[in-house]
Amino acid sequence: MDTSIKVLVVDDFATMRRILKNILKQLGFKNLVEADDGTTAWDILEEQKIDLVLADWNMPKMTGLELLKKVRASENYAKVPFLMVTAEAQKQNVIEAVQAGVSNYVVKPFTAEAISEKLEKILK
Amino acid sequence: MDVTLINPFINATINVLETMAFMTVTPGKPFVKTDMVAIGDITGLMGLTGVANGTVAVTFQSDCILSVVSNMFGEEMREINAEIIDAVGELTNMISGQARRELEEIGRSFKAAIPSVVAGPKHSITHYTNGPRIAIPFETDNGAFTIEVCFEK
Repeated sequence: MDTSIKVLVVDDFATMRRILKNILKQLGFKNLVEADDGTTAWDILEEQKIDLVLADWNMPKMTGLELLKKVRASENYAKVPFLMVTAEAQKQNVIEAVQAGVSNYVVKPFTAEAISEKLEKILK
Repeated sequence: MDVTLINPFINATINVLETMAFMTVTPGKPFVKTDMVAIGDITGLMGLTGVANGTVAVTFQSDCILSVVSNMFGEEMREINAEIIDAVGELTNMISGQARRELEEIGRSFKAAIPSVVAGPKHSITHYTNGPRIAIPFETDNGAFTIEVCFEK
């Protein structure tokens, strides 16, 4: 897994951003950027070169699903690895995310191993 | 009050605290709560809509939530501050999400709002519906917390 890549962590809860960043650092990722909602995340995606996105679903202003659709519709980020990390675990949510082009899906609560496993799969 | 709506919240709470805070929690006997005063110092509250409307509230004693968040962050937390308040919101979010997943498996589908957090001794919890308030107490090695679930009659 290439841990030199730039990772964007998006969640409206600072707690979750902190936990995810801790896990990513443990896995060797050093180039980490964060956003507290989808619109801020989109601004960052436009200004910087992001190689991987981890995003929550339920956020104000722009949800993770809306961000995913915007990313997949963009020329620069159509194929960027996008991991949804969310408490939304019902079947319809997963179906919607898959249809929108999510790379993989992690349900909260999660272990560091679960995150690592999903990242290994999507960064191959 | 439909008791099949309660067990998913108990299971979700156990799972969330074990997975994210590496803590074993022990549920006590559920009871009907007759007043609005929170059993603790900080509460996460979330509205639910779907097959019924309701709310779920998670109230922690200070020593308990400090221990929970210390475990989640791998760093000792010593006071109730903005980070703790944020963590309570996220814990409530995760418990609600897990419970809703289990409820979906028994044909009860719910959507949830973004949680709000209230802090302070003797604060009140205002549930959005008029149903009975079912309280489930939990014990940990570092204090107690209580889940309240209230669905419309």
